Amino acid sequence: MTAIREHILRVTVNGEVCESRIDPRMNLADYLREELRLTATHVGCEHGVCGICNVLVDGRAVRSCLMLAVQAEGREIRTVEGLAEGGKLHPIQEAFIEEHGLQCGFCTGGFMMAVCELLENNASPSEAEIKDVVGGQICRCTGYNAILRAVHTAAAKMGAGGSSAAE
Amino acid sequence: MKSAPFEYVAPSTIGDALQILAENDPDEVKLMAGGQSLMPLLNMRLARPELVLDLGRIADLDYIRETEGGVAIGAMATKRAVEESDLIRQQHPLFWESTVAIGHPQIRNRGTVGGSMAQADPASEYPAAAIALGAEVVAQGASGERVIAAEDFFVTYLTTALEPGEILTEVRIPRLPAGTGWAFDEVARRHGDFAIVGAVATLALEGGVIRDPRLVIFGAADRALRMSSAEEDLQGQSASDETFDAVAPAIAAAIEDPLGDVHASEEYRRHLAVVLGGRVLRAAAGRAGAGA
Repeated sequence: MTAIREHILRVTVNGEVCESRIDPRMNLADYLREELRLTATHVGCEHGVCGICNVLVDGRAVRSCLMLAVQAEGREIRTVEGLAEGGKLHPIQEAFIEEHGLQCGFCTGGFMMAVCELLENNASPSEAEIKDVVGGQICRCTGYNAILRAVHTAAAKMGAGGSSAAE
Repeated sequence: MKSAPFEYVAPSTIGDALQILAENDPDEVKLMAGGQSLMPLLNMRLARPELVLDLGRIADLDYIRETEGGVAIGAMATKRAVEESDLIRQQHPLFWESTVAIGHPQIRNRGTVGGSMAQADPASEYPAAAIALGAEVVAQGASGERVIAAEDFFVTYLTTALEPGEILTEVRIPRLPAGTGWAFDEVARRHGDFAIVGAVATLALEGGVIRDPRLVIFGAADRALRMSSAEEDLQGQSASDETFDAVAPAIAAAIEDPLGDVHASEEYRRHLAVVLGGRVLRAAAGRAGAGA
């Protein structure tokens, strides 16, 4: 077994198989933004504190700045671009809009992906469970109460059968 | 905030990993587990290894298994797997509470048990819990396997008893004897932040008398510290407020060289060690007894 400087990466991103030649030092956030031009994944602190770069890896929310792109080999990645389906916003996106869960919007993607993992695995999370998940991201302008309301609203929408019940 | 270049290899067996480690200058290789500590160091160029040896593809190191005496956790088991394990939650509740105090769900999804133990951050929860629980660490190297008591494993800041060429492969946690009380507590600026100071205690009660107390303080010094002198003072005493208050000087004295930084002064960390130490001892006594 020999070490390699350039690596061929095969990864599924929002349902599409992608193949790229990458430098192993490239982190997953930069891969998504620069190689795939999926720029809804924002980059904040680049050391795992702010949570703005969250994406789902095999259904789990992770910091894409704390994962090398090469480590995504064979994995399924979901980003904010993968939330909406057929031009229809995801219930989480609708809920953030309705509850004013965003202001400048820079951090919003990171919140939504963390919330996505929570609500896909737990249809009726407790307040403590919601806060544990929401507390993993930093928002500096909206304020967290509106975000917490958005999570409750999103949970209700998803529990009621997804985006079709949102109107 | 972009890592310096490095080569990368992700072997699928521990044998291959040990061989790669043996073939390279140990000073130029960084082992990566979940990467939740190493990636920030790489991004900030505080670490500039020639080679990143990723252990994350070694499926044989990802398990949580009940054993005769307790539980064996593979080094690559994630904190989230520990959090979601009924075995851990029901039979090793102290380790479970230590787990959910670590970072955030998004960090625990990748961070591993072995990674935290080998990183040996002084403010880390797992080393303290491991010492309090009398856990053991398994290390594999070219010459085979050795088992190290958690108490002997943590040397100082970010430094363990692992030799160059060794890889931490398993953490073994014995089941607490029935009736043993336990408690975990920490003070952090915000939920999920690194602890400023934390404390872990276990103890048994026999007719109101303290038996086999263990008290570990973390975040206050260069490593998690067992409060041996306080433990000796507690042994055989009645579990009363007077007894728990009386060990405050022993705890303060055991933090010989407290950490002081922008988050908390030396004096405040020593103060927190005393307050949290007393708090977890009382809580452990409250849980001790039949069926605890």
